Parts: sequence; C-alpha cells; structure tokens
Amino acid sequence: MARRKKHKEIFALGNEAVVEGALIAGCSFYGGYPITPSSEIMEIMAQRLPMTEDGVFIQLEDEIASMGAIVGGSMAGRKAMTATSGPGFSLMQENLGYACMTETPLVVVNVMRGGPSTGLPTSPAQSDVQQARWGTHGDHPIIVLSASDVQECLEMTITAFNMAEKYRTPVVLLLDEITAHTREKIRIPQPDEYEVVSRIVPSIPPEWYKPYEETVRGVAPMPPIGSGYRFHVTGLTHDENGFPTSRPDEVVDLMERMHRKIDQFFYDIQMHDELMVDDADVVVIAYGCVARSAEYAIEQARASGVKAGLLKLKTLFPYPRRATEKALANARSIIVPEMNMGQMSREVKRVNSGRASVRTINRVDGQIITPSEILKVIMQG
Amino acid sequence: MNITGNEIIHQYLRHNKKFPHVLCAGCGHGIVLGSLIRSVHQLGLPKDDVVIVAGIGCSGRLAVYVDFNTVHTTHGRALTFATGIKMANPKLNVICIMGDGDALSIGGNHMIHAARRNIGITALILNNNIYGMTGGQSSPATPQGSVSMTAPFGQLEESFDTVQLACGAGANFVARGTVFHVHKLEKLMVKAIERPGFNMLEVITPCHTQYGRKNKYKNPVEMYRWLKSNAMERERFEALDEDKRGDKFPIGVFVERDEPGLEERYHELKARFAAGRNG
Ligand SMILES: Cc1ncc(C[n+]2csc(CCOP(=O)(O)OP(=O)(O)O)c2C)c(N)n1
Ligand code: SF4
Repeated sequence: MARRKKHKEIFALGNEAVVEGALIAGCSFYGGYPITPSSEIMEIMAQRLPMTEDGVFIQLEDEIASMGAIVGGSMAGRKAMTATSGPGFSLMQENLGYACMTETPLVVVNVMRGGPSTGLPTSPAQSDVQQARWGTHGDHPIIVLSASDVQECLEMTITAFNMAEKYRTPVVLLLDEITAHTREKIRIPQPDEYEVVSRIVPSIPPEWYKPYEETVRGVAPMPPIGSGYRFHVTGLTHDENGFPTSRPDEVVDLMERMHRKIDQFFYDIQMHDELMVDDADVVVIAYGCVARSAEYAIEQARASGVKAGLLKLKTLFPYPRRATEKALANARSIIVPEMNMGQMSREVKRVNSGRASVRTINRVDGQIITPSEILKVIMQG
Repeated sequence: MNITGNEIIHQYLRHNKKFPHVLCAGCGHGIVLGSLIRSVHQLGLPKDDVVIVAGIGCSGRLAVYVDFNTVHTTHGRALTFATGIKMANPKLNVICIMGDGDALSIGGNHMIHAARRNIGITALILNNNIYGMTGGQSSPATPQGSVSMTAPFGQLEESFDTVQLACGAGANFVARGTVFHVHKLEKLMVKAIERPGFNMLEVITPCHTQYGRKNKYKNPVEMYRWLKSNAMERERFEALDEDKRGDKFPIGVFVERDEPGLEERYHELKARFAAGRNG
C-alpha cells in the first residue's frame, strides 16, 4: 500500500487560514474593501487569486459595491466571497438580503470588532451575532458559522462554501479578532480528506428550466449567466420563473420554500462540538475564541471535582437547538460567556424556557474572557 | 427579406412574461428599450451573451420584458453587480440600465468608480430629470427652478451634468442622446455597446407623469417637442454664443477612447502568471 503523503503544515494566521480554506473550497472570486481586523484576507487574496487558473480579484469602492460584485460574480458561475468587519458588514446588508432573496450562493467573512459604529477597530468582540442573523430587512433564513481556532478557520471556510453551494444561500462566517490574528500551526488537508460541493446546474433544455422551481430539496439548479439559460433575476418577490409577483399564493410559496430549504436540513447545518457534556452538572455554551477559554476552564473544574462540560457552537444560525436542549435537560446550570451584551445567550434562554438556570458572562471592553473568569462562575455551582 | 422594427422587437420580447408593462403611456423608457433591442440586433449579438443589469426605478423595470440574461438589482447598485458579472466572465456584453436617481444619486459613487476603473460595461442612464417610480421627487438631474414633490417651491440645488461627470471620471466613451432623435440614439447605442472599456450613454427621456405635469408641459407631446427644439448636435451647440444657449443642450459623442477595459488588463496579468507556470 502506498504510504500516505505527509500533510503540509503551515504556521498561519486565522485570516490566512480562511484564504487557504476558500481556495481549497474552489473560491475563484473575491471582491472587497479593506477594514481591520479582516484586511489580511483581502491582501492575501489579492496575491493568490491572480496566480490561480481562473481566480478573479477586485478591490471595490466600498462594501456595498463589494457585496454587489460578489453576487454578480456568483451569478456568473464563480464561488465568490468577501471579508469585512462590523461597519462594513452593516453596509453589506441590503445586498446580502438580495442574495438571500435571489438564492445566490456566496460567503461573507465578518471578523467582528467592538461596536456600535467604528467602535473598537483593533480589539476583539463578538458583537455582530444578531446582525448576522437579522441585519438585513424582511424574513429570510441565513446560515451563520463561527470558528474558534486557526485550523477551524480553514475548515469552517470550506464548510461555508459547501453549504452556500448546496443550499443556494449566502453563508456568514463570524470570526473574532483573536481567532483571526492568532498564529498557529495548521494542517492543510489532502484533497481526499474533505468534500467540495458545487451548485447543481440544470441538465434539462433551457426552455424547460425554471430558476425558482420547487424541488425535493427545495433548491433549484442554478446555471451560470451566459450558459444558455436565460432568465430574470430580481430582488422583488417572484414566481418560479423569476418574474415579479404579488399574488398572495405565489408570495407564500416563495417564502415557505426559502425557509424550508434550510429548516429541513438542520441536522446537516447545525454543527457543534461537545466536551464532557453527557454527565455534566454545569454546561458552558460558547463559540469563537471564548470557547477556547471555556475548554481550559472546564478541564480545571473537572480537576477539582466539578462536573463541567462544554457545548461549542460552530453553527450559530439556524441555532443548534437539539444540542442545547440535551444540555438543558441534563445540566443543572448553563453558563453563556460571550464578548457582547448577551446576543447568543438570548437564543439559549429562548430554547431553555425556564428548564435550567442560565447565567451569562459578558465583556464589551475589547478584552478576552479568560479561563479563570469562566472557572469562577462554574465554581459558584 | 426586410423585416420591420416591430418584427425585430418581437424576437426579443419575453412571451412568457405577463404583459402589459408597467410604464405610463408616453413614457420615453419604452423607446430606449426599443433602441436597445435594435442595437443588439444590428450588432448580431447572441441573446445568451447579453446581460442586462438594471437598477430600481421605472427604468429598472425594463429588464423584465426582454429575452436576455436579466438582473434587476438594488437601487443604485446595478453597476456593482455588473462589475462582478463582467470580471467573472469578460465574454459577456454587460449593459446597465439606470435612472438618473439610480446612477447619479444613490449610485453616484459606483458610477464614478466604474468610469475610473474603465471596466467593460455599457451604462445607459435614462435621465428623466426626476424620480419617476417613487412619485416625482427631486433627483440630482432636476433642473434648478423646476418643481418637484420635494421641491414644491422650486429646486434650489444645481443639477449634475452627467456627461461632464463621466468625462471627468475617465470613461472611455461618453455620449448623450434623446428619445426623440431615435436614429441617432441607436447609432450612439451601437457604439457604446461594441466598444471596450466603460461606455456611458445618457438618454434624455421625458417623464410626463411625474415631471411634465408639474412643470410647464401639458402633455407628453409637448415634452417631445421640447426635446426636438432644444437638443442640438454638440458641434453646433459649442459654436453657439453662451447667451444664445438658453434651454439648448448638446447631444452626440463627447469622449471616444479605445483604452482596454479593466477586465482585459486583469486577464493580461493572469496570462503573465500562466506563462510563468507553463514556461
Ligand atoms: C435603498 C433604496 N432607497 C430608496 C428606494 C426607493 N426608490 C425606488 S425607485 C427610486 C428612484 C427612481 O428614480 P430614478 O432612478 O430616476 O428612475 P425612474 O423611476 O425615474 O426611471 C427610489 C428613490 C429604494 N428602492 N431603495
Ligand atoms: S412615472 Fe415617468 S418614468 Fe415612470 S413610467 Fe411613468 S412616465 Fe415613465
């Protein structure tokens, strides 16, 4: 048997790992506008993409244009992404909603910083969790992922592209400044170690094609613009042919299908890691860099005889309800530490409906939540 | 066999789209769409290679009726989507249809940067001097002194000169036509579509419903008459003494350069790397 090729290992920033992941996933279109602490993603893309076979890089005049350009790039058949931080993410919202409505796959990385407004440009925060879910107007589903270390930055970026393509939807990857700017040794996976998903293109004759047709998966095939399937795309509420409609039954069909295509696959989408949760009395629910502090705190708690566990969220939306419910049913107490005023604990409390006691640890001063802060609350019982 | 203009147009309309269209009788936007179809036909472009990217406004609705690849985007942002499409697939003929509010107000920044970037897009700015779809509020092209819903006492601000703006920003080709001078408009449009780089064509088109009624024009015909008597070939206009110009305005070509578009430059860069990989 052939010896397995040794993994390539590199010493990389979280932001660099995002680029590696994107290129592995087949990203060939980047449009963006620089902003701290996400700029390295754009800078490295500017260097790497022109060297690849079909990579396109463009610096736009602002984030509104960046989002428009990647929607256009995706419609023309590319796997497209942009990266930004809080204020830029706000500017992207209108066109992000357009991508939801037109079911255009793409990936937006938001390396969160403290806010509101220009806030804390170079300090870590987890301030845009609810913005990622509800930042644009109207009712729509969206997939929001996070990563807590550099290896995960790479892996979750691949996952983000795969989900975007699979469900024809924008996917937001939320990072924090600590994860984005930590340098760690990571493994670049071999091509047979990961799955790369690409959108389904139609195989039927163009005259039969309906761009927003109901299918078993709720996701219609999507041909690149210019490939012989001519159709209309609009941000207006549209019928299955893509033409604007305000007929109540057609409006309802569209809205229900948009939600169903995400809802019915929530087992595939809702990702989390568990650490010693099964017998835990106290469960910490955390994501991003805070999950790493929490992991250390739990090991220390166990060492001193307290049954603590960690539920690390990798998917933030749709909210991993099943995993949380399990923790809520078995644990006496839940702790949600996060670097905002309580944006994710809101989801935990919603699922909890009074079953366990839910405590929060919140920091908004641009400082990391340390293991000892979490340990202190765990030890309070 | 000589086919008539109508027959040409029917080859390009979407028959599965529910007509009637949304435009008011007498609106100039339909004439622009007719000219666009005839220009594409004259150039012999395959339908699959044409992408119409439209903004939001009455002008933005044109995209829905024609059998090309059509994308109806967000207000003011058509050029940003078009930029993505063109960079992703430079073979496509990307044509942007925008209103004056769309292109110059909310989308003003994208307009100047698309021109500066000289990306291979044809930008058609349908200037009716007003916000049509939202009910007749002032646009950056509303002439000083005219009345609008948001300037009931007369517009206080100066209006933009679209042509000068595009020239200043560095577009490859800048022209102005009107929906009254249809043959000339078609010639300008053909040029704008076939050339490399960023090509801006401003089309002066009347909105009787929102602009004309509130100002001095009793009916659409009067607005077309106004276009007929005031639009003037650029050379003639420039020869005219300043004090004789009055309401007159120049039409024709203002800038014509053959610089390659951004997408061509980018692909040259890529070719350099590809040569390095293979050689
Ligand atoms: C972000 C945003 N702001 C405002 C609007 C409302 N709106 C729709 S069309 C329009 C202006 C249309 O005027 P113009 O672009 O000149 O095109 P016309 O209708 O005259 O062809 C406005 C302000 C919108 N759709 N989106
Ligand atoms: S409101 Fe004006 S621009 Fe809109 S369709 Fe009517 S005439 Fe045309």
